Amino acid sequence: MSTPTVALGAKQRTPLRPARILLHVFLIGTSLAWLAPLLWAVFAALRPYSETSTKGYVSWPDKLNFDNFKNAFEQSDMLHYFGNTLLIAVPAVLVTLLVSSMVAFYVSRFDFRLNIFLLLVFTAGNLLPQQVIITPLYRMYLLIDLPGITMSGKLYDSALGLVLIHVAFQSGFCAFVLSNYMRMLPHELTEAALVDGASVWRMYWQIVLPLCKPAMAALGTLLSIWIYNDFFWAIVLISTGENMPITSALNNLSGQYFTDPNLVAAGALLTAIPTLIVYFVLQRQFVSGLTLGANKG
Amino acid sequence: MSSETTTTIPEAAAVPPPGPAPVNNKRVPQGHRRLLTRRDRITLGFMAGVPTVLHVALVWVTALASIALAFTSWDGIGFGSIKWVGLDNFKQLFNDNPQFWPAVEHNVIWFVVLILIPTPFGLFLAVQLDKKIRFSRVYQTAFFLPVVVSLAVTGFVWQLVYNPDTGLINSLIGANKPGHYIDWIGDPHLNLWAVLIAASWRHTGYMMILYLAGLKGVDPSLREASSLDGANEWQTFKNVIFPTLRPTNTVVLVVTIIEALRAFDLVFVFNKGAQGTELLSILITNNIIGESSRIGYGSAIAVVLLVISLVVIIPYLISTFRKERSA
Repeated sequence: MSTPTVALGAKQRTPLRPARILLHVFLIGTSLAWLAPLLWAVFAALRPYSETSTKGYVSWPDKLNFDNFKNAFEQSDMLHYFGNTLLIAVPAVLVTLLVSSMVAFYVSRFDFRLNIFLLLVFTAGNLLPQQVIITPLYRMYLLIDLPGITMSGKLYDSALGLVLIHVAFQSGFCAFVLSNYMRMLPHELTEAALVDGASVWRMYWQIVLPLCKPAMAALGTLLSIWIYNDFFWAIVLISTGENMPITSALNNLSGQYFTDPNLVAAGALLTAIPTLIVYFVLQRQFVSGLTLGANKG
Repeated sequence: MSSETTTTIPEAAAVPPPGPAPVNNKRVPQGHRRLLTRRDRITLGFMAGVPTVLHVALVWVTALASIALAFTSWDGIGFGSIKWVGLDNFKQLFNDNPQFWPAVEHNVIWFVVLILIPTPFGLFLAVQLDKKIRFSRVYQTAFFLPVVVSLAVTGFVWQLVYNPDTGLINSLIGANKPGHYIDWIGDPHLNLWAVLIAASWRHTGYMMILYLAGLKGVDPSLREASSLDGANEWQTFKNVIFPTLRPTNTVVLVVTIIEALRAFDLVFVFNKGAQGTELLSILITNNIIGESSRIGYGSAIAVVLLVISLVVIIPYLISTFRKERSA
């Protein structure tokens, strides 16, 4: 195949040689195979149930329309569940970024001996499988009464409960990444500020944090998608169908209301749309976030 | 902290880890603490303290509580019913529970499949896409899309493929008529493999991105030197590129083990871990949201999961943080 020296050298593109064409053929084929399950879901969702039930699923479509999407959206009150997700994901992402940047600032800018240990505690916690901690967490959530603060009167079955566990769990990963990032910032910046008598908070808020924008953007994108996609915490810590975020609600609904696969396909695709939008708009941030802290499971 | 050992590992020095490159910035030495006012120190205490308390209380205290509860019997109604039972839960788990050993086996299979099939394939794709070819972005997106979509949604999408009478596969091979069904999700000999195909579908894209990032860090002059020496593409990859990917390989190994231990969403959406797809994570969860609430027993499974995880996490973190300290 092509010599890597040419490909990596100047900006010139390698001329299309047989090996290159073969590579493209392979990649196009594999890409299509990779997208096949998603495309199949789109195809199924676009067809009315009456048609597929008589003609079978692998058949030429008579008509394609968005009725299934419309029905899934309305029948299952999806807007409501998207709202629930927003109520959980927005505060969870913002608070996670805030608290993990504070920890990272502390650990990377001040030497209090504790900091490697502290960072280890955070990072290791984030690597644990969630199921390791769920049983006591579930009991704890049931014990904590919050009358008047949450709908359920408890931490259990509330958006607040999910926000808290997302923040606690994800801040491990973010603190690790951000502390690495902050360590790269020139130390003179904060030293000068310190000598000039700036408060620690000002150093954090006005000097360090603005410089961390690229890392924060990357982490924010990543967190949004992870927290949006969360299924496990919501399945265990939310019991009322009404309070569920969209991913776990879909699981509930597909058993209760959806009787035809085309409608399930439409519902699943609708659920995936927000993450796809975030991904296509913020692709660069997402990928750089993923590789910034590749220790994430 | 002045006597930090600088044990720089040669390979690690040659290629920076996937994170941002560590820079030789000394932290504020101890003496500068005097510049901090009392208020500053209180601020700092809050800044580090509040997140730490939250994280420790929800993650580590509960992990320790899992260990403690594993040695008790508790139906969850009132604290009075907590009874110390020693190793009983573990004995029952190892000897009597018909689901435990299959679950362990399935978690192991999950890991073996992920590391043997999608991981090398992701590496292969990354190497191809790293050749500065046209439409690289488009191909990357196709392979990466499954990682962006939630695992729960992935479960629904693959059900459309596997469904016995309406699914893509059975329709294509003509197995969608009564009497000829191949029940990909219900058959205990097939369903684990069916789920693993969906899991591999996702894992490939994830690994591809990690390896692409690793490949970007490979010094181009290494390739040049290798091709000047007359090495062909495979020889260059095997003898020059792959060895420099060592830090990425470590991350990939850890990520894959943890993914295999965490596996949950797909199986839960498929068939709730019924016959043939038992996993440790599913057994624990069924103990909570299922009908029987045997907390000590569920915790004992969690302890097994915790121990396996720590065997991986601790050595990985030690090596990561050693590198950081020496940086």
